[in-house]
Amino acid sequence: MTISVTMTVNGQSVTREVEPRTLLVQFLREHLGLTGTHIGCDTSQCGACVVHVDGRSVKSCTILAAQAQGANVTTIEGLAANGQLHPMQEAFREHHALQCGFCTPGMIMSAIDLVQRNPNPSEETVRHELEGNLCRCTGYHNIVKAVMAGAQAMRG
Amino acid sequence: MYAFNYHRPSSLDDAAKLLSSASDGKFLAGGQTLLPTLKQRLASPSDVIDLTGIPQLSGITVSGSAVTIGATTRHAAVAASAEVKKAIPALAKLASGIGDPQVRNMGTLGGSIANNDPAADYPAAVLGLCATVHTNKRTIAADDFFTGMFETALEEGEIVTKVEFPIPKRAGYVKFPNPASRYVMVGAFVAETADGIRVAINGAGPCVFRHTEMEAALAKNFSPDALKGIRTDPAGMNNDIHASAEYRAHLVGVMARRAVEAALG
Ligand SMILES: Cc1cc2nc3c(=O)[nH]c(=O)nc-3n(C[C@H](O)[C@H](O)[C@H](O)COP(=O)(O)OP(=O)(O)OC[C@H]3O[C@@H](n4cnc5c(N)ncnc54)[C@H](O)[C@@H]3O)c2cc1C
Ligand code: FES
Ligand code: FES
Repeated sequence: MTISVTMTVNGQSVTREVEPRTLLVQFLREHLGLTGTHIGCDTSQCGACVVHVDGRSVKSCTILAAQAQGANVTTIEGLAANGQLHPMQEAFREHHALQCGFCTPGMIMSAIDLVQRNPNPSEETVRHELEGNLCRCTGYHNIVKAVMAGAQAMRG
Repeated sequence: MYAFNYHRPSSLDDAAKLLSSASDGKFLAGGQTLLPTLKQRLASPSDVIDLTGIPQLSGITVSGSAVTIGATTRHAAVAASAEVKKAIPALAKLASGIGDPQVRNMGTLGGSIANNDPAADYPAAVLGLCATVHTNKRTIAADDFFTGMFETALEEGEIVTKVEFPIPKRAGYVKFPNPASRYVMVGAFVAETADGIRVAINGAGPCVFRHTEMEAALAKNFSPDALKGIRTDPAGMNNDIHASAEYRAHLVGVMARRAVEAALG
């Protein structure tokens, strides 16, 4: 049995016939070809799959596509506008906040959500708020620096 | 994950009907426990019934004497609520320490207490504050709700609708989080309520429990010093790769003293 799921992804309305067990991350990667959202674990712990659903960061491997019916979804592909990186993407590049880059899409989506809720976060807040995102390469130091700088850039 | 049918009813009656007519139905709220379980193929329901389309199950209301939280209210909403922070700061703090921001953006109060994971946070607040659990069939007192490891008084098909937390004179919650998952290794919720002092311990045993010896000591003298010398028997405590039973028993005392300090502000 399949069901019809409609949502807005990066500003575009999309409808697909999917099995009810389809995860949002599979919907994005396999049905829409948006492979910027990564899958790093099978245990809801690594945060490589973080996207925004109606403005809130969620682990797209731990929500069914059906649960996002009617929602507004933003993925890493939806951040840059008119060929310009989002200020948080730019800060990650500037501060060398990635090595292999696998965790980066999720880190950036979590970072933007945290800055939207705390426009001027302390370093401690940034570290606490990134508890749902694991990075095996960087040791987090430059990620925290980039998020602080990205927050400043987002404040404008 | 095995295949299932998905439903999103908009009323409690429809949800209850869908469950009773399914060969093996399961309710879904935030999915932060159920979906990982399904992904590991530890469960294979025929039908998944999403409760988040039922408007009356969500929301926070604060009266002079109680904070009432709907079952599908997300942890992040409780953590951020100015009204909860004012009425029962320990409850807002508990919600703000569950998992990580993404888990808090999906996970719900009803899912947490229906699941009754020994390492979950909310059961300590429900028991520690002497809350009342409302379902689509009846009300259940906190002391009767949590019956064992992953076991509750809920009957097949019974839906938690809301939880009513009486506002205490003061309360504190402190947990020693598992450094990887943030689940509770040992936590203590201490409250001075209209029914007297209550100390609820989570994470340590198979199910959240009241520490009556500590309650009696704190009733005489509400201070961390009153708990000095009270030993907790490691027999029956959880023993796993994260902590031995002896270590957990020791942490019970440490967390309870810190929770009293937190309650004293
Ligand atoms: C990485 C990670 C870290 C976490 N860390 C913590 C932590 O530190 N502390 C903590 O407490 N929890 C933690 N959790 C669990 C999280 O809080 C879950 O959200 C919660 O335990 C279950 O709530 P849910 O809404 O997601 O429920 P679901 O996963 O949707 O459901 C769980 C169970 O409850 C049943 N159910 C749901 N709602 C109702 C209802 N209204 N009436 C009757 N039955 C219902 C379902 O049928 C299912 O059996 C963590 C989870 C993850 C993935
Ligand atoms: S892939 Fe979603 S949390 Fe790891
Ligand atoms: S840069 Fe490699 S996992 Fe983070």
